[in-house]
Amino acid sequence: MSDYFLSIKKLKLVPFMVLFTSCIENAPMDSLSPEGPYARTIDDLFWLTFWIAVGVFFLVLTILLVAVVIFRDKPDKPEPKQIHGNTKLELLWTVIPALILVAIAIPTVRTIFDLAKEPENAMKVEVVGHQWWFEFKYPQYGITTANVLIIPEDKPIRLEMWSNDVMHNFWVPKLNGKRYLVPGQITYLNLYADNTGEYWAQCGEYCGLSHSKMRARVISLSNSDFKMWVENEQKEARRPEEGTLAAKGEQIYLNAGCTQCHVINGVWDIQGDRIAPNLTHVAGRHVLGGASFENNPEDLTKWLSNPAAIKPGTFMPNLELTEDEIVALIEYLGTLK
Amino acid sequence: MSETIQEKKLLTVFKRPSSSEGIWSWITTVDHKRIGIMYGYAAFFFFLIGGLEALLLRIQLARPENNFLSAAEYSAMFTMHGTTMVFLAIMPISAAFFNYLLPLQIGARDVAFPRLNALSYWIWIFGGLFLYSTFIFGTAGAPEGGYLAEEIGWLGNAPSGGWFGYQPNASIKYSPGTAMDYWAVGLQILGISSLISAFNFITTILNMRAKGMRLMRMPVFTWMIFATAFLLAFSVPIIAIALFFVTFDRQFGTTFFLVEGGGDPVLWQHLFWLFGHPEVYILILPAFGIVSEVLPTFSRKPLFGYAAIVFAGFGIAFIGFGVWAHHMFASSISPVAQAGFGISTMIIAVPTGVKIFNWLGTIWGGKLNLKTPMLFALGFIAMFVIGGLSGVTHSVVPADTQQTDTYYIVAHLHYVLFGGAMFGIFAGLYYWFPKVWGKMYNEKLGQLHFWLMIIGFNLTFGPMHWLGLKGQIRRTWVYAEETNLGFWNMISTIGSFIIALSIIVFMANWAYSRRKGPVAPMDPWDARTIEWTVPSPTPVWNFSTPPEVENLDDFWHKKYGEDSEGRAVRKDTADQLLVDLEEDGLNPKEHIKLPNPSYFPFILALGLPLLGYAVIYKSVALAGVGLVLFLIGGFGWALEPIEEETIENSSTASESVGHE
Repeated sequence: MSDYFLSIKKLKLVPFMVLFTSCIENAPMDSLSPEGPYARTIDDLFWLTFWIAVGVFFLVLTILLVAVVIFRDKPDKPEPKQIHGNTKLELLWTVIPALILVAIAIPTVRTIFDLAKEPENAMKVEVVGHQWWFEFKYPQYGITTANVLIIPEDKPIRLEMWSNDVMHNFWVPKLNGKRYLVPGQITYLNLYADNTGEYWAQCGEYCGLSHSKMRARVISLSNSDFKMWVENEQKEARRPEEGTLAAKGEQIYLNAGCTQCHVINGVWDIQGDRIAPNLTHVAGRHVLGGASFENNPEDLTKWLSNPAAIKPGTFMPNLELTEDEIVALIEYLGTLK
Repeated sequence: MSETIQEKKLLTVFKRPSSSEGIWSWITTVDHKRIGIMYGYAAFFFFLIGGLEALLLRIQLARPENNFLSAAEYSAMFTMHGTTMVFLAIMPISAAFFNYLLPLQIGARDVAFPRLNALSYWIWIFGGLFLYSTFIFGTAGAPEGGYLAEEIGWLGNAPSGGWFGYQPNASIKYSPGTAMDYWAVGLQILGISSLISAFNFITTILNMRAKGMRLMRMPVFTWMIFATAFLLAFSVPIIAIALFFVTFDRQFGTTFFLVEGGGDPVLWQHLFWLFGHPEVYILILPAFGIVSEVLPTFSRKPLFGYAAIVFAGFGIAFIGFGVWAHHMFASSISPVAQAGFGISTMIIAVPTGVKIFNWLGTIWGGKLNLKTPMLFALGFIAMFVIGGLSGVTHSVVPADTQQTDTYYIVAHLHYVLFGGAMFGIFAGLYYWFPKVWGKMYNEKLGQLHFWLMIIGFNLTFGPMHWLGLKGQIRRTWVYAEETNLGFWNMISTIGSFIIALSIIVFMANWAYSRRKGPVAPMDPWDARTIEWTVPSPTPVWNFSTPPEVENLDDFWHKKYGEDSEGRAVRKDTADQLLVDLEEDGLNPKEHIKLPNPSYFPFILALGLPLLGYAVIYKSVALAGVGLVLFLIGGFGWALEPIEEETIENSSTASESVGHE
């Protein structure tokens, strides 16, 4: 397949390419900067179609403009010949576009089936959509986390996805196209990152008020780093030392109502799913709240003082925590590495 | 016959209304021209509201992390913008053209069912007002159990599930309050109006053509009305059923689309797009028709490949029913379905391409008169081609999984529906302005409107192509600074205000020229079709003498012959023909019996929104009042007498036009 695309790629018109892609530099959600084989296949297919489309557009526009210039009414111009049609020409512009479309259809269909295949030796991750955050579960490691999907580099990942409430749509533009998360069904998406790096992700389908803040990050780690991450995630939460500010924070966590929705493994021993993210290793995530803000004391203070002001419609209530309580809670959460 | 009329007179309390001026004459009118004009103004009013909603959206998106609108307000605005533009602006503006022009283009004095035509209008306007009453009565809120930091103001108390109303987000659990019910019930009412129109137009075209007007002599615009009416007749029932399911789910606890009750939310997507994709062609085919009238007239050449354009139109309409799942490539459909719908989507590009090239063939070798309608028609071709070609990139399924739900799609659909449908509509508004008002619009202002609009349009929607490819999702209330999308969003917002400016120029031109413009001759464009054989403005009886048609583009052939080279030569008789036609058109030789006005379409239609409120508020009283109005309307309609209407000085009744 790559030969087919290579020949097309050589045809790319460099100046247009520069004009087009330099419009927006360093966009973290760029679908035209693939960083893995799936996204790259799609990218190749897009550019093939794109340049054909550009060619047809300029053909039409040129005919249109030339016609306007040379056939424009002038006083001494004779009346035009009354031509009603031309069967040969009309057949020509029926058949040629049809052939062009066949040329597009063949690689399209092939790629559809390629992309849908379950890769061999893929690591399975479950993705659960919630209003408005993504939950990631690693069944083979017994890990549950949120907002940040950690994957090993250079290895196929098979996502099994569903939604806990409304339709969502998981999209990591640099790694693959998007796929819906549907309540009551399982959908699949493959990811593959060539190298280590951080990739932005976002819910694509409108899913309610805070849809635009339903984001995520995908981080690909080297194999050894990934192993270390897994080992750490599998541990229960660290308990703060008695008498510290963090210990006070833990008490607030246990008593203020957080445990109604959140789980911290090893601290509150009710098992099972909760409607809010698992916080066992929350300090290891650099973004929170559906990856809509950074994990730093400043942003976290805003979030804890009034979650709905950050994410309208959120299911996290305003617990009317005092400033001191928030400081202690943030201190505690910071220890959950 | 007269005895039946006598009997009917006894049975009804009302006399048929007779005023020909003032507000009652408009409320009771069954004249297709007046109904067309009312459709046009009301639809343009909604177009302005939809445009204001769009401007609010653009202001919110001008900067990253903006807080001009709240999330609730933003969701309400994009939902209402889409719903308004589709159901309350473009469709009814097309209906305005259909109503005004269809009888004129086929040589009839009215549509087949004039009172049904009025009913269709009143149902539509009441449906639109019902939908918009959500801003007064409706309520919206966070999903069940969710929190909001601030109250939702009136601007946010509108449907917020998107014009596509995806389930289960639009269900009562995730979209509580009544706003989404206003949406579902409102669209239901609007759908009734569309169905009535569709059957009325189909019957009119099949039964009321002038002598000699065979199907293949009909103007292309009439053909496209025909195709659109069939699309409506087959697609609206689908959405009607789906909307009933939604209303039942929300109001009466059924679970058609809810997983917890064994329902399937993806089924909604299938049903919605099974209607929604034909709907796209319902919006664009009328513009195809308008452009196919404007281009030949202003090129002084016949349409290149008339038959091919007609068949391509029907081909598009037919295949349009087989491409719906291309809106769902990222949804849960199998690779086989993806491949199938990808290919069917590619196939639909072929007839579309045929149309484009035939239009180019029409202007090629012509004598192009670049008046405003022609500029808009040419702009239509250029802009629509961009929308069509970006559509082809969506048919490439893997690429579409990157593009779907991004601004790339927003760009695509606006190039089709604004650059396509609206440019075509503006071409038509300028083209037929003299026939409707008997005045000429101001050419300079018209051209200014065109240039402002095409610049503003491309500035607004052009950048959205790369905004989408660079990762801006649709329906996004805010976007992060780090996405680096701010600059082009700002450009896009600036562009949207240039469009707004162009609309102001258009309105100024319209308002001024309608009253103070120079008097329009009968045939200002040296046109081809028979609506130009009646005086400007069109007399209430349309044709004094029923026209007889011998050719496609009959009027042109009566004015022009061809020399040995095939060039058009004006016949010596042409000037006298125009004088005679105008003389005849203004002075009918015999009394012309026109359909009587009626109160009942208005009364019947008034019942529907009340029934709608009754469903939302589960009110028996409202249902009762609504039903009474509905029944009064229906029975009164059936029983009202035909009354003599005296126009001019004639005495003997001759033919009746309305088959009432």
